[in-house]
Amino acid sequence: MTGFVLDGYDPQGFYCEMLRCAATAALRQRLDHLPLADFQRRTAAAAQALYDYGITFTLYSESSAIDRILPFDPIPRVLAADEWRQIERGIIQRVTALNLLLDDVYHGQKILKDGVIPPDLILGNPNYRPSMHGAAVAHKAYVNICGTDIIRGGDGAFRVLEDNARTPSGVSYVIENRHMMLRAFPDLVDGVGLRPVEDYGSRLVAAMREIAPASSSEPQIVLLSPGIYNSAYFEHVFLAREMGVPLVQGSDLVIEQDRVYMRTIAGLHAVDVIYRRINDDFLDPEAFRPDSLLGVPGLMRAYYAGNVALANAVGTGVADDKAVYAYVPKIIRYYLGEDAILQNVETHICREPNSLRYTLDHLAELVVKPVGEAGGYGITIGPKASRAELEECRAKLVADPANYISQPCIDLSVAPTLCDGGVMPRHVDLRPFAITGKSTWVLPGGLTRVALRPGSLMVNSSQGGGSKDTWVLEQGLE
Amino acid sequence: MSSSPLLARYAECIFWLARFIERAENLARILDVNETFSRGRSAAQSWLSIVQLNADEERFYKKHRTPSAERVLAFYLTDADNPTSILSAVTNARENARTLRPLVSTEMWVQLNTFYHRMGAIGPGDMLPGSLSRLLTSIKEACQTFTGITEGTFYRDQASYFYRLGQYIERADQTTRLLDTKYPLLSGGSDTAAAVEVGQWHALLRSASGYHAFRRVHSSELTPARVAGFLLFNPAFPRSVYLCVREAADALAALKHHYRLRAGNDISEGLDGLRAILEERSIEEILAGGLHEFLDFLQDYLIAITDRVSAAFFARRPVSGGPNPAAAAWPLAPVPQIPS
Repeated sequence: MTGFVLDGYDPQGFYCEMLRCAATAALRQRLDHLPLADFQRRTAAAAQALYDYGITFTLYSESSAIDRILPFDPIPRVLAADEWRQIERGIIQRVTALNLLLDDVYHGQKILKDGVIPPDLILGNPNYRPSMHGAAVAHKAYVNICGTDIIRGGDGAFRVLEDNARTPSGVSYVIENRHMMLRAFPDLVDGVGLRPVEDYGSRLVAAMREIAPASSSEPQIVLLSPGIYNSAYFEHVFLAREMGVPLVQGSDLVIEQDRVYMRTIAGLHAVDVIYRRINDDFLDPEAFRPDSLLGVPGLMRAYYAGNVALANAVGTGVADDKAVYAYVPKIIRYYLGEDAILQNVETHICREPNSLRYTLDHLAELVVKPVGEAGGYGITIGPKASRAELEECRAKLVADPANYISQPCIDLSVAPTLCDGGVMPRHVDLRPFAITGKSTWVLPGGLTRVALRPGSLMVNSSQGGGSKDTWVLEQGLE
Repeated sequence: MSSSPLLARYAECIFWLARFIERAENLARILDVNETFSRGRSAAQSWLSIVQLNADEERFYKKHRTPSAERVLAFYLTDADNPTSILSAVTNARENARTLRPLVSTEMWVQLNTFYHRMGAIGPGDMLPGSLSRLLTSIKEACQTFTGITEGTFYRDQASYFYRLGQYIERADQTTRLLDTKYPLLSGGSDTAAAVEVGQWHALLRSASGYHAFRRVHSSELTPARVAGFLLFNPAFPRSVYLCVREAADALAALKHHYRLRAGNDISEGLDGLRAILEERSIEEILAGGLHEFLDFLQDYLIAITDRVSAAFFARRPVSGGPNPAAAAWPLAPVPQIPS
């Protein structure tokens, strides 16, 4: 392996984020003059630094908990200014519509009465929270933090693959990847003109202030984490530090007379806003799962009494359900009277008999996903599945069709990625992050995840994925 | 930005983080001094005394039939199952630091994280006579580096006072243990034995980094009584029990004063009482009553202080720490009597 970084790079017929985009010219030129051996050496040093800094997630699939860094690929993924404008507008539109949907679902349910969505899709959804009915949510902002997974197929169009409206993670890597890039490869970044990513924490704090109960003039904000054994603990630490707020666990909080307090060295101290990184189910053993040790008994009483704000609000899981997802273009049209700026991937809802039949007939070509799962668990990718796996999938579909959707298998775009054998094309996606208080702001770029295994379409960190720094250029290039 | 009071759980973690770092450093000092002692004596007996010092006999004999240098060293350096090993101390320190990452500086975390990974890479070859001293020095220096980084980067708010409180309580305790390594030798004997013994007190002082400081106070003869007195009472030596108790009391007073904490008055009283005991005693009295007994008394007293700190500020029982006896009135045990 001699020569320069992009020597002999071949995208193997896939849409390539680097080669098909004029905006990457400046970066390509720099990579063309960077010796590969030097690049590899600096990459190894960067990976060691991530490990030393503890920028890690924790894996539990093996016999013990092991800290792993999210593999960092040093070749950035570039978005042109106009590409980003489209994504940003599309996400703001989408998040706005999802918040309107949630407000409607937990109040008048007009959209169900008007027959736009089948009512049982919402009301029979395990993530629908009847107890939220009628609850007041500041600025009708249910989804304060949203992560939207976006892919690009062979035609180069961006499409939304799924919404993450509960407790999306990954934003810490966006910011740490940029820091790493600036430290390890200043020569690649210098003078390119990138949109900054550093103010995410202050934007988040500002939104948390906006949703605080009106009674608190100087609201106490905390970040509620399941604790050090959670795989995303590093991110919780990162965000608490960026926000300058205490990172608490359930055991640090106590409810007295429907108010939330934290236990401090000086006794109990009132809490007004909780950015919680715990799912609804575990928030309050009195209201939801009684076996939850992570939550705070009585928290929901304080919430319904309007004495504490939770971000995201309770019950948002109904909006990022993969079956509801199929209706999002209709939801956007219903509430906003607009066409969706970002298209969905074509989706077959297996609860509908025609779609189930189509899915069963074309199983080997489709991707089948359970509607309520995250992290890439339970997915069957038809073209890559063995006959036994397809039969297992067929049996599950027949037994519980409402639990599944199917989508065509899209050839995700690729980006040049540093692998053991040199620079290879690997599939990527994009997860931008949107913060909503009074209004919605989108962090420029987002997390580019890359499927490191040859040919793999699975970008999830739990499935062998890594990440790249994502550059949004300040100006368009000729 | 208004600052909210420190979470009780964080106060507990920072207190123990400081203690575990201090504990790892002092255990390295104790192993180092024992290596010096064990020359020319019954080596097995000498290494056994380390086990006795930490009251670890039961745990040790469960794993090993007889004490030897290799076994005791492995037990205290790299045995993850032994809660009193240096590896366990560093692991516990890192776990606490992981919880504290929102509070500690990045440099503190990175140094401790890499220290932890280095501890995991220690092999049997590193513990052989030719390499042991280098290994122990590197552990000691890693702890000192952490202490220095903390001094230079840790934000000086409530948490930093809990750090100091833990640091000095642990250091006082560890100095009593270091001194106790000499206890089995203090029983007198022939002239040749006495000559060997002086050499070993010399080594003890050096392992506490106290030899040159000692010389500034006592330029003439080095006697066991003077060394023990120096390590217990000297008001300027950073590892003396007296100085550590004073620093702990100062940290607590500052904490209570700056943050108007109402709890912890009993801890201040306890530290003042301990200081008075250290001021009133002479080393001759203590040696006559039994050094070991006095050191035991000090250790129990410090355990009781820790217990009171937990009750006053941590809102619950320590989960990451050492022994935790029921609270009792001061002093916890009767001060050893001086035979007339």
